[in-house]
Amino acid sequence: MSDHNYVPSSKLGKWFNDRLPLLSLSSHLREYPTPKNLNYWWTFGGILTFCLMAQIITGIVLAMHYVAHADLAFDSVEHIMRDVNYGWLIRYFHANGSSMFFLAVYIHIFRSLYYGSHKSPREVIWIIGMIIYFLMMMTAFMGYVLPWGQMSFWAATVITNLFSAVPFIGESITNWLWGGFAVGNPTLTRFYSLHYLFPFLILGLVILHIWALHIPGNNNPIGIDVKKPSKDTVPFHPYIVIKDLFALLIFLILFAFFVFYAPNLLGHPDNYIEANPLVTPTHIVPEWYLLPFYAILRSVPDKLLGVIAMFASIFVLVILPWLDTSKIRSAVFRPMYRQFYWILVVDVLLLGYMGAMPAEGTYLLIARVATSYYFIHFLIILPILGHKEKTIPLPLSITEPVLEDSTNKELNN
Amino acid sequence: MKNILKSIFVIFVLSNLCAFNVFSSEETNKLLSNDWSFKGFTGKFDRASLQRGYQVYTEVCASCHSMKLLSYRNLAEEGGPEFSEDQVKAIASNFEVTDGPNNDGEMFTRPAKPSDNFIKPYQNVQEATVSNGGAYPPDMSVLVKARSGGADYIYSLLLGYDDSPSNIQLDDGVYYNTYMLGNKIMMPNPLSEDLIEYNDGTKATNEQMAKDVVTFLAWAAEPHLEARHRIGFKAIVYLIILTLLAYFSMKRLWSRIEPKV
Repeated sequence: MSDHNYVPSSKLGKWFNDRLPLLSLSSHLREYPTPKNLNYWWTFGGILTFCLMAQIITGIVLAMHYVAHADLAFDSVEHIMRDVNYGWLIRYFHANGSSMFFLAVYIHIFRSLYYGSHKSPREVIWIIGMIIYFLMMMTAFMGYVLPWGQMSFWAATVITNLFSAVPFIGESITNWLWGGFAVGNPTLTRFYSLHYLFPFLILGLVILHIWALHIPGNNNPIGIDVKKPSKDTVPFHPYIVIKDLFALLIFLILFAFFVFYAPNLLGHPDNYIEANPLVTPTHIVPEWYLLPFYAILRSVPDKLLGVIAMFASIFVLVILPWLDTSKIRSAVFRPMYRQFYWILVVDVLLLGYMGAMPAEGTYLLIARVATSYYFIHFLIILPILGHKEKTIPLPLSITEPVLEDSTNKELNN
Repeated sequence: MKNILKSIFVIFVLSNLCAFNVFSSEETNKLLSNDWSFKGFTGKFDRASLQRGYQVYTEVCASCHSMKLLSYRNLAEEGGPEFSEDQVKAIASNFEVTDGPNNDGEMFTRPAKPSDNFIKPYQNVQEATVSNGGAYPPDMSVLVKARSGGADYIYSLLLGYDDSPSNIQLDDGVYYNTYMLGNKIMMPNPLSEDLIEYNDGTKATNEQMAKDVVTFLAWAAEPHLEARHRIGFKAIVYLIILTLLAYFSMKRLWSRIEPKV
């Protein structure tokens, strides 16, 4: 942090700040030098912070009315929808909020991949981010179980059953997770408890994520270090605050469209049927944001290996800073990487689509090819590419490319 | 462990096979559509249709299907059929509910009050199932939201009864329906021309009754739909104005900085 020299103007302020430097912190957050060439893909950090807070606040209100019991949960959600004042609004906000949260986090992650924000010296920010992402998936999954509809129950059954693939102790693990011999009331109550806990763990990690970010400072679209703070950066407030706010408002318009006009579009109709252990839905699918992982899981014929592949697909992201050997951060100066980046984007979207389709015939074949390519991208292409690729010369500073039209066009693309 | 492994695999395969059938049958059978008044950005329920729909529900559907999440008072609430308070009291008093225990420790029956939930045709799922030849008539409180295709699907199903093609053999108590998964349905065709006499004199054709009851069910599944549309419209207009203000503030602030945003 660059502003140890902050001194509060009032005497009381100084007295307090000497004992707990909250005013210094606030000053740091306002003055925080931010590269001035950040584009709109950098506004998703702020949007994600909003999403987390919105989920926590709506979630706390929902928890006041929800009843975590296998016999009562479904009706208590309907009680929220019907009888609680604006309960429908709070619940739809929370349910669609998870989709919007994941939409934003995927953009945030793919922005990192494009501009090399995961590379030195920002590896720790990236790893914390990946832990947050993993916790988000677990939280979202457990939240999906709480309404205790058919999809809730069967998603819980399928996912917890994955652990039975662990050799020798698999069955003990699943029984331990369920709190019984099948998904039931003990499973629901523990998921509820953890669903309430995890967002606060995420909040703590978000604080670490931002702290770790404030040590090296932001990466930027051309991926070179800030040379002269006075020329290359602007203070966070008001310049970045207003820009983040503008982007957040546009994001909220999309959010509002879903909440008010298509609140069930991203959900599954079967989840409005109360959970019934005796009736299996015709088609068990997870929420859209988990589909690529579901596709990876199903594309491996062996169950244990499928589970390993699914977890490995997240783990390769954690070690990405060391798999990507290129010293150049931004894809703007890496013509080859740029091609592979877009192939990866298509590959992940394709995996998502295959996750929603039946795992058979051509679908399964495509899912297998896409799964293989996913790992090839991270484990083979990226390490080799860093050594072989011929990169475009970097500009001298952040302000320089602005003066040169050719590079500027490149940046705007 | 092997068994769980196997069963999961079988569940996957079966569910996917079935899902594939769903997709292929949906392609061949396009749902009947209606120009629902409650769709769209400012969509509202047709009040008269809701009231007629309640009549269809209570005179036809309610003999088998429960709606346990609704109370009689809902019928008077804003955005619903909006019967008057007195009408709702009169409607409720037509039904008998078991209450108690009283001070003597005994259960007793009394006429229903607006605060009571819709009475159920059967005591429990088992009774409902056994009384209907082994097919449980689903609770209709959120039925429109619980079926892919929503209101269009229920509407199509109600009008989808047909003579079975010669290549399909139907058992006793099973009927042919164009829109049902697998075309076999245990519910006999509930509608027939002039089955009921509408209080407002509308002619009770099959299409009319189907439309009215589906409108009623759509409201039952989403009783705050009108408020949602109204608030949503305001919220989005408000957000657009705020976005414009933020945009111009941003332009103003960043005009001091090169490069501009």
